[in-house]
Amino acid sequence: MVTRTAPSHLTARARARRSARSGAPRSVPAPLLAPALIAVAFLVLPLVGLLVRAPWRHLASVLSGTDATQALILSLWTATVTTGISLVIGVPLAWVLARTTFPGQRLLRALVTLPLVLPPVVGGVALLLAFSRVGLVGQYLDSWFGLTIPFTPLAVIMAETFVAMPFLIITVEGALRSADQGFEEAAATLGAKRMTVFRRITVPLIAPSLGAGAVLCWARALGEFGATITFAGSFPGQTETMPIAVYYALETDPAAAIALSLVLLLVSVVVLVSLRDRWLRGGSVQ
Amino acid sequence: MTPGASDGLVVDAEVKRGSFTLTVNLAAASGQVLGLLGPNGAGKSTLLAAVAGLTPVSSGRITLAGQVLDDAEAGTFVEASRRPVGFVFQNYRLFPHLTVAENVAFSPRARGMGRRAARSAASNWLNRLGLTDLAQRKPDQLSGGQAQRVALARALAGQPALLLLDEPLSALDAGTRLDVQAELKRHLAEFTGPCVLVTHDPLEALVLADQLIVLEAGRIVQRGTPGQIARQPATDYVAKLVGLNLYTGDANGSQVALTAGGSFVTADQGLHGEVLVAVRPSAIVVGTQRPQSSSARNTWPARITGLTLLADRVRLDLEGQPSALVDITPAAVAELSLSPGSQVWLSVKATELEVYTRADSQLA
Repeated sequence: MVTRTAPSHLTARARARRSARSGAPRSVPAPLLAPALIAVAFLVLPLVGLLVRAPWRHLASVLSGTDATQALILSLWTATVTTGISLVIGVPLAWVLARTTFPGQRLLRALVTLPLVLPPVVGGVALLLAFSRVGLVGQYLDSWFGLTIPFTPLAVIMAETFVAMPFLIITVEGALRSADQGFEEAAATLGAKRMTVFRRITVPLIAPSLGAGAVLCWARALGEFGATITFAGSFPGQTETMPIAVYYALETDPAAAIALSLVLLLVSVVVLVSLRDRWLRGGSVQ
Repeated sequence: MTPGASDGLVVDAEVKRGSFTLTVNLAAASGQVLGLLGPNGAGKSTLLAAVAGLTPVSSGRITLAGQVLDDAEAGTFVEASRRPVGFVFQNYRLFPHLTVAENVAFSPRARGMGRRAARSAASNWLNRLGLTDLAQRKPDQLSGGQAQRVALARALAGQPALLLLDEPLSALDAGTRLDVQAELKRHLAEFTGPCVLVTHDPLEALVLADQLIVLEAGRIVQRGTPGQIARQPATDYVAKLVGLNLYTGDANGSQVALTAGGSFVTADQGLHGEVLVAVRPSAIVVGTQRPQSSSARNTWPARITGLTLLADRVRLDLEGQPSALVDITPAAVAELSLSPGSQVWLSVKATELEVYTRADSQLA
């Protein structure tokens, strides 16, 4: 085999760039560049369209229309309550999954993460079958307490929790697994009972992941559509959340739909920025 | 073998961790510092974990001042948080999200003290260990020596009846180690309960411990005072730690036939049967000619396989019957023009040989 040593041209600037990147060439081969650019265009163009067509002048008046305001307020408070509930019941579950072993644990973990991959509308159907007035649990709630869940704000919260809580659980479980248990051992030798260790050592140590998981959960709850519209319907002021309002407004009032979409886009950007250390550090996403 | 059984720590137990089994039988009296010396993986940290209640024993029992902490046969187990134990961990494990003061106040608080009382107890300990100025720092703003003192203060603030130290100086650089060691010795002297100190550094063990136990592969191979262990090592590991040549042999009065070949004439101690012979590397004399030997002098030929410069002397690795490590001055190396492969004659006086039985080395 003959080794080719024919020189190619390398400018001073290119040399500096190359040495700064420890020798890796920076130019991209054409067969990779073209598809990559198409992918970028595909992801960015729709967002550009949204920004270009946005009714910037009337934004305030459109958003202060009663329907939009109602949807915004409903979405904000249900997503917040969902996050609160997920913290209260999801973090203990994450602890159980991370720190104990029991038969059926793998199955339980699979069930907990299932909503991550399940089409949300299926989740909505499942919730309906369990909690509707004739559902598995719902029939007793109705006959014993006169409690009807579907098509109420409570149903919105349940649908959002079903879909969003697993994001919090897997984030926190991962953090608990990778946390140094030496600190918990040290706390035990210093006389701390198990709940004290959890409260004063475990939770503070995983606080960054707890925060990230909560933000992720809140963002997912805010964007929830399928499970919510199936289980809770779309009554303005009652169960019509932002994404559902966007969907209906597109037919009747496109300007409002775009304005509401902008709000959701803004929220997403804020979430992304707040999670940048976890999700935007190239290659080290956990 | 039960000094202070009623007021000290007594461990007579087996601890299994996976395929590793630790078997120990030891006692530490109040006010005593018991050093546990051994190579990595000997089971030193496992023993501390068992005493602290972080891992249960698989058989046998652990008692402190007559109170059972763990008894596998009776099924008794006192949880770690309920044992009156102060533990200084190898890398200190200071809580990174708490200040120095909060770290030290953690134990009084966890053991039921009110917030204010815990804070004043903590400031008392910070004061005693000269840490008052660092009270508001976070652990990542401390030097190694400071972190070590905070870890000690945190362990002592819980008013433990027993103190456990796992390699307390190994995280420090050589420069600060001696200072911190001297300071630690002072604080250990003030502690009234028994103290168990784990180390793999023989100097640390010799300086800090009153009694030493040598652990190898989960078993106790030697116990005694630091002085005795430094003089009469029982195993090759210990001999290497304290820097002695160690031979096993068969004694018949003043004659000892060495297991690895060769023989020694020793001062007659009336010993017969299996014995150990320890020789300081500096007690062996190197020459290029066969010396005029008297009956009290052992001489044998050997070949140099290695030379290492150690501060002010050169250590020779010698192969012969028997092989030996010998320390000589750099000047002697030059005068005798020694190099790897050189043939030399070794000689050592009978009175320089420490001859003892394995049983002698075990007496505490």
